[in-house]
Amino acid sequence: MLWITCPICGRRPVEEFAFGGEARSIPERITDPNERDVDYAWMLDNLDGLSTERWFHQAGCRRWLTLRRNTTIDAVVDETP
Amino acid sequence: MNEFVERQLDLRWPQPKASYDVVIIGGGGHGLATAYYLASRHGITNVAVVEASYIGAGNSGRNTTIIRANYGIPEAIRFYQHSVDLYRGLEDELSCWMMHSTKGLMWLAHTESQMRAERARCLLNVACGAETVMITPSEAKQLCPQLDLSGGGRYPVQGASYHPGAATARHDRVVWAYARGAMRLGVHVLQNTPVTGLLRIGGRISGVETANGTISAGLVLSAVGGNVSTMAAHAGVRLPIRTHPLQAFVTNTYEQCLGPIVSDAELLCYVSQSARGEMVIGAEYEKQPSYSLRSSFSFLGSCAARVTHLLPFLSQLRILRQWAGICDISADYSPIMGETGVDGFLVTTGWGTWGFKAIPAGGEQMAELIATGRTPTLLEPFGLGRFAADRAMADQGSTGTR
Repeated sequence: MLWITCPICGRRPVEEFAFGGEARSIPERITDPNERDVDYAWMLDNLDGLSTERWFHQAGCRRWLTLRRNTTIDAVVDETP
Repeated sequence: MNEFVERQLDLRWPQPKASYDVVIIGGGGHGLATAYYLASRHGITNVAVVEASYIGAGNSGRNTTIIRANYGIPEAIRFYQHSVDLYRGLEDELSCWMMHSTKGLMWLAHTESQMRAERARCLLNVACGAETVMITPSEAKQLCPQLDLSGGGRYPVQGASYHPGAATARHDRVVWAYARGAMRLGVHVLQNTPVTGLLRIGGRISGVETANGTISAGLVLSAVGGNVSTMAAHAGVRLPIRTHPLQAFVTNTYEQCLGPIVSDAELLCYVSQSARGEMVIGAEYEKQPSYSLRSSFSFLGSCAARVTHLLPFLSQLRILRQWAGICDISADYSPIMGETGVDGFLVTTGWGTWGFKAIPAGGEQMAELIATGRTPTLLEPFGLGRFAADRAMADQGSTGTR
């Protein structure tokens, strides 16, 4: 089972958290504002490997946190990236 | 793939050539079906299907084998109904027994709001040509006598929508039959050939780099399941896809007794009985995306608890095996088929949780697109361009996507 260390609540099981998506930035190579909007609204990196993500501690302190997870094996590698 | 199957099916594994007209990445149902229809319908036989492992090793061999058309938006219902129709004639066309069996599917509703959703589904399905009717709890009991209408005292059944055209088929056999059909017409299927990159000339994709050398191609189709974002990134294409694992399990074999497929959008589980007698039980995909194929005990426990509310006799059975597949789920829960904006590179993806039922239609339509260069009518709404055009097609018409 996946465990996540919340900065406020400590080590808690993943069931308490909601996945909040990739921590995203708009790629700088896209200069057309329209295309950039489409990219930001829809497209994802969906990395097979190390992914930086936002998680919401829904059944706990209800704060957001950022962590790095290895999506290949579904394991948290770094809680304070 | 085991030797017995290869002997029985007369599968031929040729030496790869240096170049093909069309290279299809991914030897699953969609890739092989596309190759088969390219060869059989359009006479394009200089085709290679490149598979990283053995054919059907991915989601084509990991799904819960349900074939149905009762989706939630008109474009999808028409598409899947076409696929259901093709499946009916597939055993004859490919002269291979696939254990195809039409058994009907009921979606149980436990609340008034779910009843409303099922009524809406019925009306829309009928309007688009997929037969679906509302049935009462007692009719549901007649179709499936094992059903506990009180839902274990907690989830009383208010009614159900019933889709008589739903079927199941043996998933490996579908893959093998398409592979054999394609091979007999001269298509090369290259197993154990993982694609590590794409070749590019100017702005155009001109072939694939594999672990066994490069292969040039007039056109490359990615029919990859699961790892499609990585493949598309090689071509510089970004996709609105997240990859989530989905788990399922089967029980020991049991006398043939379960008539229809029983599905439940509130308890998030579905059960069907395979031709071998195993109960095939599946659920929704996992909440966080990952590429992990690990099965979990927490899934097994929670899914078994939910499903035994509906079918108490299942609690007497033993669990035989459990597995996971990785589903590519698109942002609007509809598949993405067609051009990508990069010359010479097409995709058919976003098949997480509905790929198996779409194999014949997806393959046939993609083959037509490749052969003629024109997007067929059925395929038109499913292009990648729909996101930029603000025509996303939200369709959570499956138990897997609630």
